[in-house]
Amino acid sequence: MHKLTVPISEEAIRELKAGDPVSLNGVIVTGRDAAHKYLIDNFVKTGGQPPAAEQDMYATLQTLLKESVIYHCGPVVQQTDGIWKFVAAGPTTSIREEPYQADVIEHFNVRAVIGKGGMGAKTLQACQDFGAVYLHAIGGAATLIAESVKEVITVHKMEFGVPEAFWVIRVEDFPVVVTMDSHGNSLHKQMLEQSTEKFAQLIKG
Amino acid sequence: MHDLTDAFVELIRRAATQLPDDMKKAIREAKEKEDPGSAAAGALDTILKNVEMAREKSTPICQDTGTPIFQIYYPLGVSTRKLSDQIRKACAIATEKAYLRPNAVDSLTGKNSGDNTGIDYPTMHFHEWDEEGIKVQLILKGGGCENVSTQYKLPNTELGAGRDLEGVRRVVLDAVNKAQGLGCAPGVLGIAIGGDRGSSYIKSKEQLFRPLDDTNDDPDMGAMEDRILEEGNELGIGPMGFGGKTTLLGVKMGKLHRLPASYFVSVAYMCWANRRATMLVNGEEISYA
Repeated sequence: MHKLTVPISEEAIRELKAGDPVSLNGVIVTGRDAAHKYLIDNFVKTGGQPPAAEQDMYATLQTLLKESVIYHCGPVVQQTDGIWKFVAAGPTTSIREEPYQADVIEHFNVRAVIGKGGMGAKTLQACQDFGAVYLHAIGGAATLIAESVKEVITVHKMEFGVPEAFWVIRVEDFPVVVTMDSHGNSLHKQMLEQSTEKFAQLIKG
Repeated sequence: MHDLTDAFVELIRRAATQLPDDMKKAIREAKEKEDPGSAAAGALDTILKNVEMAREKSTPICQDTGTPIFQIYYPLGVSTRKLSDQIRKACAIATEKAYLRPNAVDSLTGKNSGDNTGIDYPTMHFHEWDEEGIKVQLILKGGGCENVSTQYKLPNTELGAGRDLEGVRRVVLDAVNKAQGLGCAPGVLGIAIGGDRGSSYIKSKEQLFRPLDDTNDDPDMGAMEDRILEEGNELGIGPMGFGGKTTLLGVKMGKLHRLPASYFVSVAYMCWANRRATMLVNGEEISYA
């Protein structure tokens, strides 16, 4: 089992191969549909010249995401005495971020994306070009994964709603599997090819 | 009729935090079939651990607590308006208690209502029946598996699918192949043949309320359920799409009358976290199954 700790170096990423189980540790950030659209509209499309109101947020996110991890997750949370806790926090379907992910990886120097279901050709290429991997968490294993979240450090953009906000969390021994590596291999692509061949046999004639 | 709001909150809690026994049994059996040490076996093992942990801690099995879909059977004289108000109130309380994630979003503004109520949200289907008591069934239908659910119009030239059970088999297997691991495989399929587009989708979701081990009243559809289950698993997609022997845990099929001109096949894909619960109300007595 590989152990990854944020900040993650490019060397550590290049060592990983599709199929490797990984234990992830350190401070990571959740982000899904609204978050990715926000990152692209405000920071990538503006060529790093965000509107004045978003400049502080830009600096914060640059620091948080550099050599770190984006987790596609909309958690169930609970707040007691002002302290947030993750109650259930499994991955959401990643392919919805396919239009944005490659640019976000490049712009913010992100080293890994966690989600479920895998991503497409554009993200796979970005993993190769910029030294990143796609990590698959077990979909639906939300209570178990919430146990790996040891601390909710802060939350940004709560106006997006609980599932869509940027939650900054510290994780320990978060169990994931590399399904897209930085050498152009995708288990998802292989699986689709294999099952489609079998499907063709099943409906022949 | 007394106020059932608290009873509905308990129904939601049970659905969100306790996987039904038939689903657990099917996942355990699936794990035995996978090669020890494989990614598929690992995924199923994690799933089983998570299911136990969620029950013990009374926390959601999956953070996507989905669209709550209620089927309400009530006797003559019960106010469906009152029941509907109580269900909506219960959804809001269950959200506060973190049994449900706030999941109802305005389709244009993107604003989350924060309490799982909104326009036609949650989904409720009322049926008057001859019994004296009330029966309420709830399913929590996650977004990942809803997004891979689909509908076909037969004939379908590309798949060589005509207007018969063989055609149904072809399009359903196509749906399973297209879904890959995206619907959180291994999944359960609810299939409806016929109807108009809307009634067909509703019927397909109704199939998901059936226990995995029941038998179809129609022997032809029953045989096709078994065949699709077997062939779906032959696709080898496996848990989470990691590859493996179990892609489907169950297949359930129903039919509706249709127009001569239309032949719809609807496929409701449900993730392994097939969260359903039932509540029975007889006078003062409330029980859950």
